[in-house]
Amino acid sequence: MSDIAEKQTAADLATVDLTAISQSVLASGPEIIIIIGACVALMLSLVPHPRQNQLLAGVSVFMILLAACMSYALSDFPQTAYAGMFVVDGFSTFFKVILYLGTTLTVLMSGNYRPNNGLIKDGVFQGEYYALLLFALLGTMIMVSSTDLLLIYIGLELQALSIYVLTGFLKTDLRSNEASLKYIILGAFSSGIILYGMSLFYGLTGTTNLNDMAVALSTLDLSDPMLILATLFMLVGLLFKVGAVPFHMWVPDIYQGAPSPITAYMSVASKAAAFAVIMRIFMQDLSVLQPIWILNITGIAVLTMTLGSFVALAQKNIKRMLAYSSIAHAGFLMLGLVAGGRDGMASIMLYLLIYTFMTIGIFAVIILLNKGVSLGEPIEDFSGLAKTHPGLAFMSLIFLFSLAGIPPTGGFFAKFYVLTALVDTGHVILAVIAVLLSAVAAWFYIRIIMLMYVQPPAPVLTQAAEIQLTPSIRIVLLIATIGTLLTGVLPAWFLGFVADSIPLALG
Amino acid sequence: MPIDFLPVFLMVAVVVTLAAFILTVSRLLRPDNPYPEKNRPYECGIDHVGEASAGLFKVQYFVIAILFVVFDVETMFLFPWAMVLADLGLFGYIEMFIFIMMLLVGFIYAWIKGALEWEV
Repeated sequence: MSDIAEKQTAADLATVDLTAISQSVLASGPEIIIIIGACVALMLSLVPHPRQNQLLAGVSVFMILLAACMSYALSDFPQTAYAGMFVVDGFSTFFKVILYLGTTLTVLMSGNYRPNNGLIKDGVFQGEYYALLLFALLGTMIMVSSTDLLLIYIGLELQALSIYVLTGFLKTDLRSNEASLKYIILGAFSSGIILYGMSLFYGLTGTTNLNDMAVALSTLDLSDPMLILATLFMLVGLLFKVGAVPFHMWVPDIYQGAPSPITAYMSVASKAAAFAVIMRIFMQDLSVLQPIWILNITGIAVLTMTLGSFVALAQKNIKRMLAYSSIAHAGFLMLGLVAGGRDGMASIMLYLLIYTFMTIGIFAVIILLNKGVSLGEPIEDFSGLAKTHPGLAFMSLIFLFSLAGIPPTGGFFAKFYVLTALVDTGHVILAVIAVLLSAVAAWFYIRIIMLMYVQPPAPVLTQAAEIQLTPSIRIVLLIATIGTLLTGVLPAWFLGFVADSIPLALG
Repeated sequence: MPIDFLPVFLMVAVVVTLAAFILTVSRLLRPDNPYPEKNRPYECGIDHVGEASAGLFKVQYFVIAILFVVFDVETMFLFPWAMVLADLGLFGYIEMFIFIMMLLVGFIYAWIKGALEWEV
């Protein structure tokens, strides 16, 4: 008798398990689609095929679109899955949109990247490139969707490991190898710091789940030195990934050494995901910790913007310059953290969306102008572009205006909303500093515009006929231009869209 | 309680005695004929050249070490799974197949890429 009863409970357990699991599987559908896509790309890369690159890029884009459809279908059903470790909500869905966008555009422009003076007709990106890019996308998706420190860490590492390899993908190029090595050492270091912070949090609260942690923290004393140490360690590790100032030294070398499409991917997707994690941990679930980090973040934000803006002025290599510009932008984004609350979060999210469009756009132009890794990417590549390729020059003009934050483009509103959030919360002095530093930053973008429109074409550009506008890079440029302009024309609509995706429980 | 560890001590004693017994017996029975090649440290069937710390290792060792880790983890995961398979039911069965499929993708990749070829 008891034996039968036992068997029945076991059967019940199994069925309950199955429904919970199938719900979780459904909730993580987009991630599963990307895993399958990555495995398919990896297997396809082993089969020789005359148009392998196009095939793999097509598969990647198709799988990302499929995942995007899945995310769209799930966006109406906010839910938690995997025993509260994984969450599907407006916040994560918004970030996934940014990630899909960034990765798709990166895939599309990768086919045009010819680092070997056009010696290799089909690009260098055989096989693993697309699989690794999809794995990196998967890592970032896990980062934005998880509400458990362990899962966040797994996502972070998956993303980072894929990017380490992709950074060193130009096997014969010394700069690429050096960048990869530097990145893997510094990345391991920063991961260690994050892990240390996480383990301290676990020791203090007895859980790795962010919701349970928030409950446990409400009974803790905020002046506990252990808690301060834990917060700072975790913050420092995450700021490392973002490239904020005392931890920025890896950014220029790695941005310069990595293949250009990967640089674009890093500055867009990796940064967005890292900011998503910072916001999820420090602004949503563990917002009680705010008194601990607010002063540090304020100081770091100002330092980051100052250094990024001033050092960018002296750069001769366009990718290095954009690396410093990305540091300056990270500083600006951190001001949104200082402002805090719904407005602060909305401004950061909108900023990241607009930043995706303009950064991908300018990197697409850099890829088109690239004449071989050995030559590097000197800023002079742009000189006289308006004469030889007026259309391309005009698009670059839009992207650069947007990066500088000049009105008709999205970049202006990105900065504008961060500033209003700051002024609304009473940080007027910070807002003034931010505006002044933006003016400094505007100079180096305008310098490139001057090169394009005022300078005569450099003699090197006699081989300019090599600029090949394939359909895929046309799509990238088109989407980036439309995105940059549309966010500038209809900023309120986009802001409303962003505000809808922030959890209501927040301030 | 130290007395609780009695079985462990007994076990240790049995193991030591057995090992000593086997070594002694084989020493008495086998022909004893040492020569230099036989006394060399034996490593993966390849003649050693100089000291390990002075020379360079073949990079293939690294690839094989990574492959080993992959399958080590798989085995480590399979043992506890096998113990509770009856409770996990069909779901656990399918889940493990998904896990193995994932590893298989990596293995096929490594195989076709020639990670298992030993190029001298």
